[in-house]
Formats: sequence, C-alpha cells, structure tokens
Amino acid sequence: MNAEVRPIVPLASSSVGALAAMKGVFSRDMKVAFRQRQDLLNPLLFFIMVVTLFPLGVSPEASFLREAGAGILWVAALLSVLLSLDHLFRHDFDDGTLEQLVLQPQPLFLLILAKTMAHWMLTGLPLVILTPVLGVMVHLDGNSIAVLCLTLLIGTPVLSLIGAIGAALTLGLRSAGVLLSLLIIPLYIPVLIFGTGTVAAAVEGASVGAYLALMGAFLVLALTLAPFAAAAALRISLSNG
Amino acid sequence: MRSAHRPDYGALMSEPLLQAVNLQCERDKRILFRELSFSILPGTVTRVEGPNGSGKTTLLRMLAGLNDAWTGELNWCGSPIANQREVFLRNMLYLGHRPGIKPLLTPMENLRALMAGRRPVSDAVLSQALQGTGLAGFEGVPCRNLSAGQQRRVALARLLIADEPLWLLDEVFTAIDADGVVALETLLQQRAAEGGAVLVTTHHDLALPGMQRLTLGAGGVTDER
Repeated sequence: MNAEVRPIVPLASSSVGALAAMKGVFSRDMKVAFRQRQDLLNPLLFFIMVVTLFPLGVSPEASFLREAGAGILWVAALLSVLLSLDHLFRHDFDDGTLEQLVLQPQPLFLLILAKTMAHWMLTGLPLVILTPVLGVMVHLDGNSIAVLCLTLLIGTPVLSLIGAIGAALTLGLRSAGVLLSLLIIPLYIPVLIFGTGTVAAAVEGASVGAYLALMGAFLVLALTLAPFAAAAALRISLSNG
Repeated sequence: MRSAHRPDYGALMSEPLLQAVNLQCERDKRILFRELSFSILPGTVTRVEGPNGSGKTTLLRMLAGLNDAWTGELNWCGSPIANQREVFLRNMLYLGHRPGIKPLLTPMENLRALMAGRRPVSDAVLSQALQGTGLAGFEGVPCRNLSAGQQRRVALARLLIADEPLWLLDEVFTAIDADGVVALETLLQQRAAEGGAVLVTTHHDLALPGMQRLTLGAGGVTDER
C-alpha cells in the first residue's frame, strides 16, 4: 500500500458542494435499486394486485367502481409506499453506508432529501405512471384519471417524505414493521382524505383548484420539515445502534 | 476552499488536533469510562486498548459524532466540535466495524460514492487506490462476490487517498491477511510521519515505534508512552 505524500493541513471546509453530494447519494441509490430489480417490482405488484382484487371481491359494477375507484387506488398506493419504507434506511444501516452518510461533511437533511427523492422515483413515480391503466379498469373517466394522477403525483412524494421520518425512527428496532405503520398511518390520513376528496370533486364536476392547492401545501410542508425531522431521528437511531 | 479562513498551521503542528476533557459515557446504565481526558497530537498513532466491552468502539463512535450519549468536552483544534461539525467531519475519517460497502456495487462505484460528498476525485486516482490495496482486476466485480477481506480492502482503499488529518479506525485489521497487515501498519506509520493523527482499536498485536496507548477498562484510564 504505497500512498502519495500528503502534507497534513486541517481543512477549512468541504471542497464539494452540497448539490454534488446529493447527486452522489441519489445516483448510488438508483444504481443499487436497479441491481435488485425484484425489490423494485414488489410495491408495484402489490399496487396492481390490490386494485384488481377489489372488483372481484366487492363488486364489478361500473357504478360502484366509478365511485370507489379513486379511493381504492389511493389506499393501494399508500399501502404499497408503506410496504417499501422499511428498506429506505435498513440496508444502509446494516452494511454501514448509513454511518458514512451521516459522517459526510454536508448538511444531513439534504442528503436525506436526496435519498427520499430516489425512494420516490423508485416507488411513487411508477405508481403514478401505472395509474391511468388501472383508472380505466375501475371505470374512471378521462378527466378524473387526469386529476387522480395529479393528486398522486403531488401526494406520493409526501408519503415518501413523511415515511422517511418513521423509517429513521424505527431503524434501531428489530421488529420495526408494525410500529412503523402505527407511527406513519395517522400522518398519512390527511393526505389520503384530500387526495380522494380531489378526485371525488372532479367526478362530480366541481372545481378542484382549492383541493390541489391544499395538497401542494402538504408537499411544501413535507419537503421543508420532513428532512430535518428524519435527520434528527437518524442521529438518534445511530447513537443507540 | 478559501485560504483566508485557514488557521495558522505552523502553530497547529504542536497543538493537539483533538482534545477530550472529562469524558464520561454511560451505556445501559453502566459507566464505561469517566473522567477520561486525552489529547491527540499531529504525527501520532494512538492505540485504544482494553478488554472486550470496555468501550473502545463506543469511544471511537463518540469521537466521530455517531454517539451522543456522553458528557464532557471534545475540541477540534481548540474549539468545541459541536460548533464546527461540518469542518470537523471534513477533517476526520472514520472506518467502523461495518465497512460501509454496498454488496451490489463494484469496488469502484463504492469508492466513488464514499468520496462523493468529500472531495472530487478522478476515476484514475480511485482505481490506483484500489490497485494499491491489491484489488487490481476486481474493480468491476460486485462486492458481494468478493471475500470479507477483500471487501474490507475496498474500505481501506480510502486511506490511500484520504487527506483528512484525523483517522479513527475501528478494528481495521479484521479479516486482513498477513501481507495486508504489514502494509497497513506501514501506512499508519507513514501517515504519522506526514503529520496525521491516527486512533486505532485492534486485537491484533500492533506495536509501532512511538505508538501511544490509551487504555480503557478496569482500573481507570492511563495514558502512557
């Protein structure tokens, strides 16, 4: 192991910007995910299965599905995001990359934001892309499908961001699954109510502007606060681990 | 980097990089150590010693800022670390029990990700570092196909390109073969000669000339040459 001679000087600050560091975190998470494709497919398959089982289990009537469709899709999306949350930090915690992430000379909340963005791109976004197909299956009309997609596009990042707090808090626990759900679902409820409410308004032909504005407010709130909370939670979990 | 903000290095060479005053750490209602004070000077290798469970890993995690359950004072270049966390992190390299290597990524990708938030490093330098740890030819193999020792060498490759003055190395000799151990010992010594400070825990029989010892465990803490 021959090293070049490196004179010692205490360094003033990081020579890499926060944006480059975020890019590094994001691209690593994407790379890891695409080498483990079945983990990517799990939430998607879950989403499709739940939505296809509803007409079989409850009623295939077009009138029922039109009324319940948006709710079914929203609940399925919410649960499938919840299903994927445990993986957000768990693998990184186990192999030690999480320690190294926390020790980067960068603001931790920005690195977590990058991680959460990668999580959304890998779970939330595919759900949004699949929604038009499943929307047709539950007899939603074109306008409602468009609104549903829009609410999911705004809503799923909120689910990922809030979920990151729960995932970080339950990281040190052995059976985190149930506790994670108990912690997170109450926080998901407002997003669910406004998400389905928006589509219900669209089905009735009412204006959806106010609903969408509120959902946008949820997203802004989650974007600005959740990374800080998740960063603090992560430090606590690592401190105990 | 803004050179105007740099401290006076000439003066710093004789002053401790890291200074611990009256550290006390409690874990599971058991006091691991109390009234622990020491200074880490530039150009030294310090071995943290003690029986299993005496708090070696906990001490290193505390110093790195991964563990918050302690009281006392920790200073970096004379001022509290808490006030200059990002500066301290930029100056410190920590290698823990868990190597921080993603099994699905190749050594090259792992190294690149580890350096991403620290400083820009070209791929040529990274592959040189991997060759330096004896991983030539394995740059493109996913790490899960490598042996435990080879995975550890990926993490150790960081030491060859690290510019951080302070290294905190927890059980780095684990799973490394005899040749690797010798090379690593040489590297630590060379690092100290350059003016770096190294804190290392190991059960391997490490004895470098001029090495300092920091002993934890029964009978309190001693700091001897």
